[in-house]
Amino acid sequence: MSSTATRRSRFGPLFVAPAFIHLLVFALVPIAYAGYLSLFKLHLIRGQMHFVGLTNYGYTFGDASFWNAMWNSARYALMSVPLGMALGLGVALLVNQKLKGVTIFRTIFYIPSIASGIALSMLWIYVFLPKTGMINTALGWVGITNETDFLANVHWAMLALVVMTALNGVGPKMILFLAGLLNVPPELYEAAQIDGASRPRQFWRITLPMLAPTTFFVMVTSTIAAMQVFTPVYLMTKGGPEDTTDVVGYHIYQESWVRFNTGLAAAQSFILLAVIAAIAVVQFRLQKNQLKGYSTA
Amino acid sequence: MIASQKPSFEGGLGRVNDSRFSVAIRTTGLLVLVVAGLLWSQASPPVRTLLASGGALGGLLALTGSSKRAASYWLLTLLAVILFAPFAWMVLVSLHPPKTPIPPLAEIIPQKPAWDNVKQVLFSPTLPVSRFFFNTVVVTISVVVLQLLITSMAAYSLSRLKWRGREVVFWLFIGSMMFAGPVTQIPVYLMLRNLGWLDTYAALIVPGISSAFSVFLLRQFYLQIPFELDEAARIDGASDWKIYSRVILPLGKPALATAGAFTFFAVWTDFFGPMIYTNSTEMRTLEVGLSIFKNSYGTTNWPLQMTAALIVLAPLLIVFLFVQRFFVKGLMLGSIK
Repeated sequence: MSSTATRRSRFGPLFVAPAFIHLLVFALVPIAYAGYLSLFKLHLIRGQMHFVGLTNYGYTFGDASFWNAMWNSARYALMSVPLGMALGLGVALLVNQKLKGVTIFRTIFYIPSIASGIALSMLWIYVFLPKTGMINTALGWVGITNETDFLANVHWAMLALVVMTALNGVGPKMILFLAGLLNVPPELYEAAQIDGASRPRQFWRITLPMLAPTTFFVMVTSTIAAMQVFTPVYLMTKGGPEDTTDVVGYHIYQESWVRFNTGLAAAQSFILLAVIAAIAVVQFRLQKNQLKGYSTA
Repeated sequence: MIASQKPSFEGGLGRVNDSRFSVAIRTTGLLVLVVAGLLWSQASPPVRTLLASGGALGGLLALTGSSKRAASYWLLTLLAVILFAPFAWMVLVSLHPPKTPIPPLAEIIPQKPAWDNVKQVLFSPTLPVSRFFFNTVVVTISVVVLQLLITSMAAYSLSRLKWRGREVVFWLFIGSMMFAGPVTQIPVYLMLRNLGWLDTYAALIVPGISSAFSVFLLRQFYLQIPFELDEAARIDGASDWKIYSRVILPLGKPALATAGAFTFFAVWTDFFGPMIYTNSTEMRTLEVGLSIFKNSYGTTNWPLQMTAALIVLAPLLIVFLFVQRFFVKGLMLGSIK
């Protein structure tokens, strides 16, 4: 993506220097340093370092609680990413119509995603409360007596987190899909209408394929974010009940800042990085094949 | 905001010549609304809740009828209600007297609004909430200002100047944006500890003064500004710095507003950083302070907790409403690769 109109300049690196030095100090060097730390046994508070080679990795690979956390993150991502994307696309289609007051809806849907995590968590703890909570009260109105404590129930806790984060995170995805929809040339729909294609057919044959790059972008970014989820877990379930919401982000935090096994936590964060990178690579591959299929259309 | 270019659904808000069925629906809706209104004064609070929702339903029916367009309004309203019900509840509960247990929904509207809850929270004897607020303002403003300066310079260089290694540097920014995440937390913490910065403003500000995301976003914007402007300025003898400060920065004001808003929201609501980089109560930010508030009051004082949540949210909402019109465009550019 290089532009032809730019001018060669000696000062180019100078302008980028402050940001690049920051990038080095706060991202690139720390990533390398985390790799180095992962080869040591290091207590966060006492601080002596013992070189242990790959022991931390060996231990992690045999650690059932780590794989449970990995599985929880995978479950969270597998549920929240498709749900979030479907919601984002659905809402984008709704607010892409010429309706009065539609900008107000766009604004309303965006607001929860800028809200603070702690405020949202407090609100949704209430939504999920057993007796007085919003869901169970609403169920009571239609005659269903339900006192499930959603956040403390092994079957519901993860689902509750998924629903809460997918609903409140709909705003940015809506905007991205909206941008994608605006990039679809209107002539395509006109041509399809002349050919007598039904609306659902137009959606499957024009809208979805034309949205492929947007869908891909949203999928990759939200998968990465989902695999790193921390704040709602920390604030709402603390990994419970029975470790069913102990996601990797929370597990690593506990390892480092609660159990003080900093070297081990560094190894685990490196494994997470590798897993995320692997998922991204697979998604890039799939995307390539998918685009090939559409290039003739 | 965005002008819709897609052919819209038929049927119209307030249009009368619908099918007979739709007219019947509208009439029923209007009737329900009127009946709900008439019964309101005699009803007990729980019935009022029902009447209010029934009335709203009727009003919506009367307005929209049963066309496809109406279905869209239905769905939009339903989602908006789901997303906003907790917020409405928050505002109402925050007006109840402190220490009242969670009010049942029928009694959700406070008898006498407790307006001084805000004062009680801000000047709480147990927690320095006004100090949290002050810290958050200092940190957020410093980060936003410094980050805009640093990242706009970088974005200028990456979009409008040509030099060796530019592409590599750009991809390093992109890569770190995607993958840095949790892996940098421990090393950055150790570094700040070695510098002796833990529990100071430096620890809260310096890690945030640049962001790969802002660099990327601003670069996307700057690529849209016509390159002839630089050429013209260059012919007039302007230096790179002049072009940056006199041409690009002023033309890119919407870009700065968007990037600044993103940063504002991110820093104001950051939880993890302030939680591990500070440990004295005086250095906490609102977001972390509020979680202490939540833990110390537990579920025993919902009104004050909700007031505290409102104190965190209000500035976010104000800033959002100000920059909203730039915001949509900004996010769109962020997605173009």
